[in-house]
Amino acid sequence: MSDRLLDFSIKYGFLILLIGLVLFFSFAANGFSTPRSAVFVLQSVAITGILALGVTCTLVVDGFDLSIGAVATSALMLSAYSMVILEQSAVVAVLLCLFMGAFVGLINGLLIVRFRVPDLLATLGMMFLLIGLQRIPTQGNSIATGMSLGIGVNAEGVFSPAFLWLGRHRFDFFLERLLPMPVVIFLIIAVLIWLFLGFTRHGRLMYALGSNEKAAELVGVKVKNYKIAAYMISGVTASIGGILLAARLGRGDIASGNNLLLDSVAAALIGFAVLGAARPNPFGTAIGALFVGILLQGMTMMNAPYYTQDFVKGAVLVAALVFTFYLSSRRTGAGH
Amino acid sequence: MPAHALKVTGLLKTFGKNRVLRGIDLSLDSGSVTALMGANGAGKSTLVKIVCGYYDADDGEIELAGQPYAPANPSDAIAKGVATVHQSIDDGVIPDLDVANNLMLDRLAEPTASFFIREGKLRKQAQQVADSMGIDVDLKARVADLSVADRQMIAIARTMTRQPKVLILDEPTSSLSATEASRLFDLIDRLRDAGVAILYISHRTSDIRRIADRILCMRDGAISGVFENKPLDYEAAVSAMLGHSMNDIDFTAEPGSVPVLEIKNLKLTEKANAINLSARDGEVLAVIGLLGSGKSRLAEVIYGINAAFSGEMQIDGKNYQPTSVPDAVQCGVFMSPKDRATNAVVPGFDITHNMTLPFLSSFSTASFLNGKRLRARTQDMNQQLGVVCQSEKDDIGTLSGGNQQKVMIGRWLMEPCRVLLLDEPFQGVDIGARRDIGKHIRASAKGRATLVFMSEIDEAIEIADRIVVMFDGSIKGEHVNEKIELTALISDISGTVNGTVRA
Repeated sequence: MSDRLLDFSIKYGFLILLIGLVLFFSFAANGFSTPRSAVFVLQSVAITGILALGVTCTLVVDGFDLSIGAVATSALMLSAYSMVILEQSAVVAVLLCLFMGAFVGLINGLLIVRFRVPDLLATLGMMFLLIGLQRIPTQGNSIATGMSLGIGVNAEGVFSPAFLWLGRHRFDFFLERLLPMPVVIFLIIAVLIWLFLGFTRHGRLMYALGSNEKAAELVGVKVKNYKIAAYMISGVTASIGGILLAARLGRGDIASGNNLLLDSVAAALIGFAVLGAARPNPFGTAIGALFVGILLQGMTMMNAPYYTQDFVKGAVLVAALVFTFYLSSRRTGAGH
Repeated sequence: MPAHALKVTGLLKTFGKNRVLRGIDLSLDSGSVTALMGANGAGKSTLVKIVCGYYDADDGEIELAGQPYAPANPSDAIAKGVATVHQSIDDGVIPDLDVANNLMLDRLAEPTASFFIREGKLRKQAQQVADSMGIDVDLKARVADLSVADRQMIAIARTMTRQPKVLILDEPTSSLSATEASRLFDLIDRLRDAGVAILYISHRTSDIRRIADRILCMRDGAISGVFENKPLDYEAAVSAMLGHSMNDIDFTAEPGSVPVLEIKNLKLTEKANAINLSARDGEVLAVIGLLGSGKSRLAEVIYGINAAFSGEMQIDGKNYQPTSVPDAVQCGVFMSPKDRATNAVVPGFDITHNMTLPFLSSFSTASFLNGKRLRARTQDMNQQLGVVCQSEKDDIGTLSGGNQQKVMIGRWLMEPCRVLLLDEPFQGVDIGARRDIGKHIRASAKGRATLVFMSEIDEAIEIADRIVVMFDGSIKGEHVNEKIELTALISDISGTVNGTVRA
């Protein structure tokens, strides 16, 4: 393969594949190319996308956050607990969840930079801890209005309408009630993180320390603070994901959110292949999440059975990783 | 007449536009040590990498014991009998394994080696190897826990288990102290007596005096001198290596008068003598010394990475006690560290992103970066330093070592400072780039004190107004760079008195 073709395919290959996929489904699957269907795709990827954007920040500082799925489900349970059992308002529930996410991120960060626990292990431990912790207050039960709290007392609180609005409201956008709130929040977070990582000096320094920590330290970057900040961002975005999930479900379902971690990590890793970045980047992450969403939506509309979904996601991820690492190693190899 | 152990004829190698080797002819004989001298960027490393199978030559022939020899890769070269011990020792040992396993590693890796390890036999064989090399360390010790010198010896001994015909040692003493080096020389003597042809690469005259049977000098990709008649003419070898006599510099030294950085009674360690030193406005002060002389430690103390044992520092008369790197930078003390690949270069970043890294806040409004200003400033600096590149958007990895170093130095010239520390700025830098960097550092020296930490005398003479020599954690001598007496300088560096090594 000539160098120019190689460069071109590294840079645009994935986007071309995405467009090809959309065109293919538009012709093959009836009703795929409608605004409603597009919004459905967006809605299906909004929550994993938000988590994926957070994990992108930790990948940028050469870390990894395995606890995001558990943080999201903890936020789900915490919001349900605070409204249904503690009978608090939506604002309190949201603030509690955001605070919890930031706090978990802080602990993750401290474990990693202060206690020198390797990132994968620290966040794996945190994941375990949170999965266990969120079950303790309700003895492992899901939370819903009217649930028994023992000895003839039932939970009186309800999910407040304002909270449910976060998950269920749809904005008018060309069509009536088209854009769901989670999609809007996803887009806002994507833009914010894109601006932060790509255009601010803090983002630049985070990339620098992720690439060569020692060098960053020797130019005077406060490496530890930035690392902790990355985990805190990841914790907060994960808790936002959990809040939106709770608001959509309207109950504290203990079993939901099982796939969140894998799906969002996959999206962030697929993002490496977008525009030949070969490194974590928020634009790629969003595209990665979208790619998986489109693929699954199209396949569902073509009547592919649901149990093939994980296989397809896995195949896309492996292909994207080969694309990223093999092709770009060929490219750097050609430079010398 | 028996064939040479290794004979190289007409070797050529080009990287891009850069002609690194322009027709090298050399030969090595069994049972003799040939020293290969050459300044940084002369092409020594490239030559070695071709002989040991990392690179292919563009043209030329190599014969090994009379047979044509063209290694396909490094392991092929070893199998054919050319062993190399590289400059970075840790490439040659497995730190987490014990000494015995390290020594036997090559045997374990042979395809014919048995599936199960027989521990007793392995240790016995390892003991034999260690004995034959005169290595006296606990075979059960983990290599990571050993001193640099011991690791170096083990790396060499390991290669000897394959009984090579030719052994190449690439700057083996660069991380060793004087006593450690003398143990290494004993080992080399032993190998010479065993009939190995040894190519010893160094530009350290003290090593070469001790060990060499003959000297080859390289300059700008060609052999510039062969010295084999005893007694070897070291002075001539040095000028063949440098291509000019040492005192051939085109500036007059101005030691300056107004002190900027003053170091008072600073002790690096409890046992070291106190350091008193002042670096003055507008002067370039070279601090030279061997590895372990404490010069890097001193740089780290000034830059706030490590604390001194005792003593104080002042900048412009004000007390200066940095507790961290950001603290030092805040006080106007900048440092370009040694080992650019590990300590300075940010891979995956382009030239602009690399160069502007320390001062991003001055290129941003409310934290948002101004891309245009970043690039304009980088273009400007590229021009001043003569960075050879297509544009300021080139990835740092596409640049040659010398150009990367220009970017790393340029990084700290972006903003004015009071004290500029440069630790080994000419490490892995070709001569052209070295001249460019040196010239620019001298040209921009007004308004700050510049301290350059290095181990090469000739590099120091090329750049400095004043040279201080460190030995054993303290200052051994001070010379204004004007008609320097080289012998005095050299004896300061090596800690010798009247030419005899102090053990």
